[in-house]
Amino acid sequence: MQTVQPRSLPLRLPRVRPGGVLPILAILAVLLVLVAIRQPDFLAPSSLMSFLGRSAPIILLAAGQYFVIVSGEFDLSVGSLVTAQVVVAARLIDGDPARTWPVVLLLLAFGAVVGLVNGLITTRLRVPSFITTLGMFLILVGAVYLWSDGAPKGQLSEEFRRFGRRAVEDVPLLGRVPYALMVLVVLAVAAVLLMRSDFGRTLVAVGDNPRTAELSGVRVWRTRTIAFILSGLAAAVAAILLGGYSGVSFQAGAGLEFGAITAVVLGGVALGGGRGAVVGAMLGALTLELLFALMNFYGVSGALRSTVQGAIILLAVAVSATRSSSR
Amino acid sequence: MSALSLLPARRPVPGVFVALTLTLVIGWLVVLVDGGQLFNQSTTVSLLHVAAGLGLVAVGQTLVILGGSLDLSVAYVISLSTLVAAETMNGSDGALMPAIGLALAVSAAVGLLNGLLVTKFRVNAFIATLGVGLLLKGYLDSGYDGPAGTTSPTLVQTLGYQRIGPVPLSFLLLVAVTGAAWFALSRTRFGHHLVAVGGDPEVARLSGVRNDRVLVTAHVLCSLCAGLAGIYLASRLGSGAPRVGTEGLYDLESIAAVVIGGTALAGGRGGVIGTVGGVLLLASIDAIFNQLEVDAFFKQVIRGVIIIAAVAVYARRAMRKAA
Amino acid sequence: MAALAAVTLLSLAACATDEPAASPSGSASAAAGSGTGDQSKFFVQADYDAELGLLDAAATGPADKPWEQVLNPTMVDTAKFKKNGPHKICFSNAALNNPWRQVGFKTMQAEVEAQKSRIKEFVHVDAEGKDQKQIADINDLLGKGCDALIVSPNTTATLTPAVEAACQAGLPVVVFDRGVNTKCPVTFINPIGGYGFGHVGAEFVSQKMKPGGKVLALRILPGVDVLETRWSAAKVAFDKAKVDVVGVEFTDGDPAKTKKIVDDYIQRYGTIDGVWMDAGAVAVAAVEAFQDAGKRVPPMNGEDQLDFLKIWKDKNLTAIAPTYPTYQWRTPIIAALRILDGEQVSNPWKLPQPTITQDNLDRYLDPNMPPLHYAMCGCTDLPGYPQRWK
Repeated sequence: MQTVQPRSLPLRLPRVRPGGVLPILAILAVLLVLVAIRQPDFLAPSSLMSFLGRSAPIILLAAGQYFVIVSGEFDLSVGSLVTAQVVVAARLIDGDPARTWPVVLLLLAFGAVVGLVNGLITTRLRVPSFITTLGMFLILVGAVYLWSDGAPKGQLSEEFRRFGRRAVEDVPLLGRVPYALMVLVVLAVAAVLLMRSDFGRTLVAVGDNPRTAELSGVRVWRTRTIAFILSGLAAAVAAILLGGYSGVSFQAGAGLEFGAITAVVLGGVALGGGRGAVVGAMLGALTLELLFALMNFYGVSGALRSTVQGAIILLAVAVSATRSSSR
Repeated sequence: MSALSLLPARRPVPGVFVALTLTLVIGWLVVLVDGGQLFNQSTTVSLLHVAAGLGLVAVGQTLVILGGSLDLSVAYVISLSTLVAAETMNGSDGALMPAIGLALAVSAAVGLLNGLLVTKFRVNAFIATLGVGLLLKGYLDSGYDGPAGTTSPTLVQTLGYQRIGPVPLSFLLLVAVTGAAWFALSRTRFGHHLVAVGGDPEVARLSGVRNDRVLVTAHVLCSLCAGLAGIYLASRLGSGAPRVGTEGLYDLESIAAVVIGGTALAGGRGGVIGTVGGVLLLASIDAIFNQLEVDAFFKQVIRGVIIIAAVAVYARRAMRKAA
Repeated sequence: MAALAAVTLLSLAACATDEPAASPSGSASAAAGSGTGDQSKFFVQADYDAELGLLDAAATGPADKPWEQVLNPTMVDTAKFKKNGPHKICFSNAALNNPWRQVGFKTMQAEVEAQKSRIKEFVHVDAEGKDQKQIADINDLLGKGCDALIVSPNTTATLTPAVEAACQAGLPVVVFDRGVNTKCPVTFINPIGGYGFGHVGAEFVSQKMKPGGKVLALRILPGVDVLETRWSAAKVAFDKAKVDVVGVEFTDGDPAKTKKIVDDYIQRYGTIDGVWMDAGAVAVAAVEAFQDAGKRVPPMNGEDQLDFLKIWKDKNLTAIAPTYPTYQWRTPIIAALRILDGEQVSNPWKLPQPTITQDNLDRYLDPNMPPLHYAMCGCTDLPGYPQRWK
């Protein structure tokens, strides 16, 4: 654990590593089989594309959350940030298409600033990130209600909603490809590349052992703050897609922080940092979304869903945790 | 500050009491200027009732946090406990004791599950208790359409509404539970071990502490406290309520009270007295803002700021001490 | 241990209690009467019959002011509450956490302003959706010298003891929206109610869709009494019409979740022939889900929120909007002032519950109001309209 070893084992056996993506791929495969049995046409390109498109926001949030978690922190503010962004966007755009792009830029800046504040309070004032982001959660929700007198005002322009709602039609083989899916693919590739870069390795090293990282010349506080900014930016993009998908409401981001953290953990990323892959986190989110669709297809009673969800999370995490500790 | 120095250096009176006093004084003045009266009987009674409910949960939460863990399932345990208690009592005094016993037993079982998941199965406490909370949520959502059962009239008359002067019986219960928890933490082996485990699990293990057992005990005690809060709420509401815990945000509010009270979220540092201070601070802000009819959303913003600021102050102090 | 001793000692000494003498009469688990499968345990046949009867009842009162009208009035004497004004009126509010309550509360504030010559002070306390806080709030208000107390309870069964305690303090208590399990308030004001709402929507959907078609029922949350009654009445109507209800789903009021659910159902059944919902909050999201899937929007119900009325008109939907009118927030102020005048009021005070249909849609659709405004606010004659509601 003392040194960040370059991954150059001479002979890598295909065994399950802690933090690897194999378990989540297995779960995903099982769920896909279950869906295919019940609802074969779900796997048809067009419906699969639309499923991936509508899952894009939570997958992006999971990626953003991953950066923070792998560096050893938490971000509980993302759900409230999404809500705030959607409500702010509706009020500022107020149905005027000309304001779409300026507002999109503003939202990205807003997300980055919230991330920066979270990061600085956590790293410079040494407030545990759980508390920082919990406080930020309360502040954002309270402020956005206060600002809009308790009910969202204004409305999003069709241009704004296009990103989350529309698709490129008549693509050969795939049918219609949602814009959200294209945004997702681009950002997912960017996230993977980022994690392979020097910054990515530093991020994992910081989460693994901040003291060692500090001693080897890494500015831990800066790395972690950047992770928070990335999470804020991811929340901004997710808000743009989500607002586009379903319009403005105070419920837009409710509970997304827990969803994102669950997805990250399901994807084999250790809370506390230093272990896991960004691909795993994103697959975790996809699995969670597929699980919800599956429950729709199988007609699981709405009230029992949380039990199923809780059981699967506990099972998945307990199995992977006991396995990694028994090695 | 000289009075403080008489106390053992390891456990200084947390700054939360300074903040509490300041809040009450300023609040009293502002309310007075506004033409009201902060410390009239009915307001004080209401304040202490709110504090009693949150306080019982927060004291339990302090124990797990001291041990370096966390419990996000308390809100659901509270709801479950109100239902178990009220449905077992079913409006009669005869079943009072069995009902209380059963409610506490069910709560303790949830705590045991939490504890085992965290220790034996090595699931991160955040995920473990979140997952257990979801299990309970599903049970509550599918099993109940609304309030159910009827609390025994005796319990309603005593724990629910009885008071001595301006002090409700329930607040005295909180005082008693806090006293017991303080005693357990500072005078028993369990307490010392718990703090040791929260401070550095590796060191604790090497010095012969059975970490798992200590943490499981803390989780069981935390759930028991939540169960007790549930029984109190059942006595207050007159029936079991499947959403009273989540509506009251007892999970996040209890954690907030703990950290405002000076307990470190990472574990190993803090105590229950500070937590009660944190609870009283939150309840006082509620009472003052109620008097001034301040918008609930603004209150939420203020709460967020206070939580962050309080912890930042503690962190600064800890850094200075270390330097 | 010292604390325990103190408890025993003190309880032997001065004792005082806020507990009302009458024990809480919480009969929360009302008998299920219909026998139609898994009927909600909130379903009460007698209440259902009464509410459906009220749908056709003629209202007494000024025709252009539905908030002052009463269905089947039974007057009670209030002479003992007669008092000289101006008055201090206190209001314990369950919550302000959704647009319906926001619009309602603004309407109430405007009514207070309209009556400002008679009200010297209006105290409002928001319980933020917490039973425990509302009980404390009511207790708190009792110490403030209010002339009348208005309560909008967060939960029926659990707020009953607190309301009983307030009645015993001697001031007139007016309850509205949700009720309490006690007869002690001077009057209980609400519109016809959830059975009426659910029935109107379900009947419309089952009549307009093709026979034997598939209906998707979208609900906000389980276990909320006003919403439970809506669904249980709809269930009775659907059972009677022999409609195939393919799913009953909870949306949490989240439009994104709603779209996903509707999308999955369209996928699973190929087509959905009718949509029923227990509240209008996610109606537009459901409509969009059909549009985005390239399907015709089936007959459905929404509520009187303007975003739904607008898309109904623009897209020419086959729709209906039963309402739970926000104008009921005006009535408690009017009732409280009448009681303080010693005038007779009706108890219960049942307000009419109009339905928006294709025929009167244009009358309620004001494109200048915000999307989440409720058309049935009865607020156009109040001070500050329309700015206050924007």
